[in-house]
Amino acid sequence: MGYSDQLTEKDLIQMYRWMVLTRVFEDRICGLWGKGGVVELPHGSQGQEAIAVGACYGLRQQDHVMPSLRTRGAFLVKGISARVQMAGVYAKVTGPARGKATAHHMGDAERGVLLGSGIVGASITVAVGAALAFKLQRRDNVVVDFFGDGAAQRGDFHEGLNFAGVFKLPIIFVLENNGYSEYTPLSKHFAGSDFACRAQGYGFPGMRLDGNDIFAVYEAVQAAAARARAGEGPTLLECMTYRYRNHCEVQPPEAFRDPAEIEQWQAKDPIARMRAQLMQRGTLTDALVSKITAEVEAEIDDAIQYAEESPFPAPEELYKDVYAPESPELVVGRRS
Amino acid sequence: MRELTYREAIREALREEIQRDDRVFIMGEDVAVAGGAFNVTQGLLAELGPERIFDTPLSESAIVGAAVGAALMGMRPVAEVMFADFTTIAMDAIVNHAAKMHYMYGGEVSAPLVVRLAYGGGMRFAAHHSQSVESWLANVPGLTIVMPATPADAKGLLKAAIRTPNPVIFLEHKLLYNTKGEVREGEYLVPIGQADIKRPGDGVTIVATGLMVDRALGAARSLAREGISAEVIDLRSIQPLDEETILGSVEKTGHLVIVHEAPVRGGFGGEVAAVVANKAFGYLDAPIQRVGAPWTPIPFSPTLEEAYLPKESDIVTAVRSVVGASAG
Repeated sequence: MGYSDQLTEKDLIQMYRWMVLTRVFEDRICGLWGKGGVVELPHGSQGQEAIAVGACYGLRQQDHVMPSLRTRGAFLVKGISARVQMAGVYAKVTGPARGKATAHHMGDAERGVLLGSGIVGASITVAVGAALAFKLQRRDNVVVDFFGDGAAQRGDFHEGLNFAGVFKLPIIFVLENNGYSEYTPLSKHFAGSDFACRAQGYGFPGMRLDGNDIFAVYEAVQAAAARARAGEGPTLLECMTYRYRNHCEVQPPEAFRDPAEIEQWQAKDPIARMRAQLMQRGTLTDALVSKITAEVEAEIDDAIQYAEESPFPAPEELYKDVYAPESPELVVGRRS
Repeated sequence: MRELTYREAIREALREEIQRDDRVFIMGEDVAVAGGAFNVTQGLLAELGPERIFDTPLSESAIVGAAVGAALMGMRPVAEVMFADFTTIAMDAIVNHAAKMHYMYGGEVSAPLVVRLAYGGGMRFAAHHSQSVESWLANVPGLTIVMPATPADAKGLLKAAIRTPNPVIFLEHKLLYNTKGEVREGEYLVPIGQADIKRPGDGVTIVATGLMVDRALGAARSLAREGISAEVIDLRSIQPLDEETILGSVEKTGHLVIVHEAPVRGGFGGEVAAVVANKAFGYLDAPIQRVGAPWTPIPFSPTLEEAYLPKESDIVTAVRSVVGASAG
């Protein structure tokens, strides 16, 4: 565990805090859904926080991440505030693209977040292209590309991973295997043994790991990033996890699955697990845990208040930014 | 003035843009070593090196998707999808990603890529290698769609396409690659969005795109012998659409025939007709006519394909009908 060993007490507390912030954010919007205010249909990531936080912690600002539809923590760790995320959930002008994009697929070039896709899996090839640019530009940045087990069945998974393998691109494919593609369990959409072994077919390493163990995720991503920065190409990391909520808030958590299964996984909760580890080594105390929880609750309260008080975009916003400004020597004439 | 083929003009534009801008590169299937399915990029690998032009796996979705990602990171990719028919595979990357990036990033960044496509029939390539796909893409806000008809326009428009900060679909007609035309030496741009009056006239307006510009010019020559003066407008791009040039011409001629190689039904001609009906209805002396392909897939056998493709004689017949309609 070389990389994890180098994490300071401050790092550990910060990682824990990011997971709690992600959890509280998701719990609050799921709770608010259907009561007016929340416009973005929540696709909760509760239970999967260790993957987003473990993978993004310690990345450089210009390392880019491509979030999946269930990677809320990636936005937060990459520096997008809970306020902006929440304003996006409320579809307010203070949210992503002034109300023209959702929070869970938003892009932010400055903070190294690639705009995701509502068509799951499609973002894989775009992430690969960002890695291609890093290679052509001789920058030693990496791309961390998140997607789920459902998205891994898309043709774009094959095209994207093969392309990345052929050109040895600096990209880490983080597959969040939560056992479900929407409502369909893994056993009904996958006849193979695991996804990690697919990497062999593309000429780069793949490994399956415990996605509820933040240290395992951090360790694997840091090692893969070092490989990528050294020009050794991509890595596929299949992170085993589970989502407590259903595909989205249209269905209750227990719909189409056994409630006992949810309970089993809650016993392996990534946040409780890290908390226990940190308390055992004395990094966290009851008092500190309470303090972090209170701070996070206050931060989310503030974000909700900010989102509620922000205005909706004015109708004129609709027409802005369809095309980037063009000089008349290149393009003339009306667009519509 | 020197003459170049359409192919050579495109190659020259690519070479010049790669030499002037470190961000520009070409990728696609067999574009580098083999020089492209239609030899457009032949020789560029030796001149420019393997980082500026390289071959990819047979993965249209990844080619365009990766071009989008690279463009977001500050590159200026020219992605070749070989046959325009294959845009179906890359459609998601073009429609859902390239076209929407600037909007969904709130204007922070954009995806300045060019997708080069060889389109059109006439080579006995049958239903999967011959289609004119422009109207599939014309309903997508965020895209720019260019269809050069001459070597000079191909060069100037492609250079402008590479330099614009927005995604451009660049449609090259396969039967035009060998055609020759005057191309002036050195650096020049043709702004996208300006139609070009390829032949002035005052009796009827013929609006055409791509190879059909040549067919329309042929029709105009034979119509002249009948005493009908046809003005031929080459749209050069359908997005943006140069409405002013079309409307100005129709206001003068009072008659309109629109020609494209794609099927008439649902084709871009319907959009041109709607613009004219909406904004110049009072100037029309006869109903608008459209010439295009019938409502069938593109067939293989020469007799069938010839029956499918719009011909000079179809344009002549359509013009006679609109001019006759107003005379009668």
